[in-house]
Amino acid sequence: MKRSSYAAPYGIWMVMFTIVPLLFVVYFAFTSKTGAFTFDNFEKFMKPMYLEALFLSLKLAFFCTVICFLIGYPAAKFLASKDFSKNKSFVILILIPMWMNFLLRTYAWVGILEDTGIVNTVLEFMGLPRIQMIGTEGAVLLGMVYNFLPFMILPIYTVLKKMDTRVIEAAEDLGANPIRVFWRVTLPLSMPGVVSGITMVFMPAATTFAISRLLGNGMFWLMGDLIDYQFREISMSSGQNFGSAMSLIMMVLIIVSVGFLRRFEDKGQKKEGTKW
Amino acid sequence: MVKKAFKRVYIALILLFLYAPIAVMITLSFNASKSRASWGGFSMEWYAKLFNSPEIMNALQVTLTVAVVATIFATILGALGAIGIHAMRKGWASNMLMNLSHLSMTTPDIATGVSLMLMFVFMKVPLGMGTMIMAHIAFDTPYVLFAVLPKLSQMSPSTYEAALDLGCRPGKALTKVILPQIMPGIVTGALLSFTMSLDDFVVSYFTSNTDQTLSMIVYSAARRGIEPTIYALSTLMFLAVLVLLIIINKRTALEDVM
Repeated sequence: MKRSSYAAPYGIWMVMFTIVPLLFVVYFAFTSKTGAFTFDNFEKFMKPMYLEALFLSLKLAFFCTVICFLIGYPAAKFLASKDFSKNKSFVILILIPMWMNFLLRTYAWVGILEDTGIVNTVLEFMGLPRIQMIGTEGAVLLGMVYNFLPFMILPIYTVLKKMDTRVIEAAEDLGANPIRVFWRVTLPLSMPGVVSGITMVFMPAATTFAISRLLGNGMFWLMGDLIDYQFREISMSSGQNFGSAMSLIMMVLIIVSVGFLRRFEDKGQKKEGTKW
Repeated sequence: MVKKAFKRVYIALILLFLYAPIAVMITLSFNASKSRASWGGFSMEWYAKLFNSPEIMNALQVTLTVAVVATIFATILGALGAIGIHAMRKGWASNMLMNLSHLSMTTPDIATGVSLMLMFVFMKVPLGMGTMIMAHIAFDTPYVLFAVLPKLSQMSPSTYEAALDLGCRPGKALTKVILPQIMPGIVTGALLSFTMSLDDFVVSYFTSNTDQTLSMIVYSAARRGIEPTIYALSTLMFLAVLVLLIIINKRTALEDVM
């Protein structure tokens, strides 16, 4: 038996449980309840209610990505700098929450932000009026940033850490000021990490559900919630076609935007063997 | 000096932001008062409640069973897959397998969950522990593959050839020569896959109707409102994942395996 044939079970399993299920999504998206070919599921999506959910998902995911980038880039840069490079425990500390169940992380915020929660208790103690935070877009955005920030920091940190510091020294020697060095050297060289970070934040943020349910108190519907609703809340048989169509729309949007982003990655630096 | 202090403060603030909610949760799990606003003294009441709840104990059993069974299968499939892919000549087959693994890792959780659910329902497989295990194997296996592949490329091909030259059968050369050298990668992959399974919510939620995992319990409880028992449960789940991560990190740098 050839050694390469050891990969056969893996290949079969992955096709059966990755490709075939995705084909089911495509099949159901283009069929009606009776199994006839139709575009109805996509037409149904063109209603303002659904388009608003799509727009809101993209908007929140976009702001979440921008905020994570603005907070995360300096953090990654500091962690990769000489002041922190001796001690790796800081990087580990930032990594740990990535592996924690996002429900637990979101759940922790509910207790902090709710009307009788910690923030409001402190406000009241100081004689200030209570603020209603649960159920606002801000709370959902905060939950997203909290959940996905480490996913931005890590890939940028990895790239900055590997970067040849002599390039920066050369730019400085040649008379570039720190701002110019950053814009012309550091940032372009760190683009692969930035692209990975953006992908890793934008994708889960745009497809999340539960965060909006818990922190948005059901006031907002995001794409993830709509899909969840079609499959889980109403009976499977009547929701699966429309739910599949929405999943397909979401996946196509994500694949297109990730593909678009990857083009920037190639410009920045030779492609590294990243597995994001 | 000022610059260094600024960097330290910045990183400290980020860590505060990341850990404050977790610290709050852990603290409140020991709060005797049910209110989040007042401290009613130290108490293990919620932990006691947790261990006396048949629903939660059952979910713990389901979670561990799914994680263990999925890890065993994922480790075998992933390790064999890595050995096979490594032995292949670079070509369409190995490219396809690698792309398939990347695709599986980058598909949003909700799409993985929904698509598997559709397939199982279409094939009339009842959604329960069995379907959940199959789904977990599917998303765990690529992590094992990517933990084992680097070990294979670090290995010198001549040791395997030497074993064959000395009259060893290929099967025996695999277990006696290759396997011991890639063992660290296999163990790291198994630990990773166990952590992923333990931590998963979205895929389990869509692929099981009857059996509930711990994170599914957290979700349904969270929708009803805050319950200190869930803080206790969350604290224990956090500690379990933390311990696993520390073990993995001792073996390989965490940032390399992600």
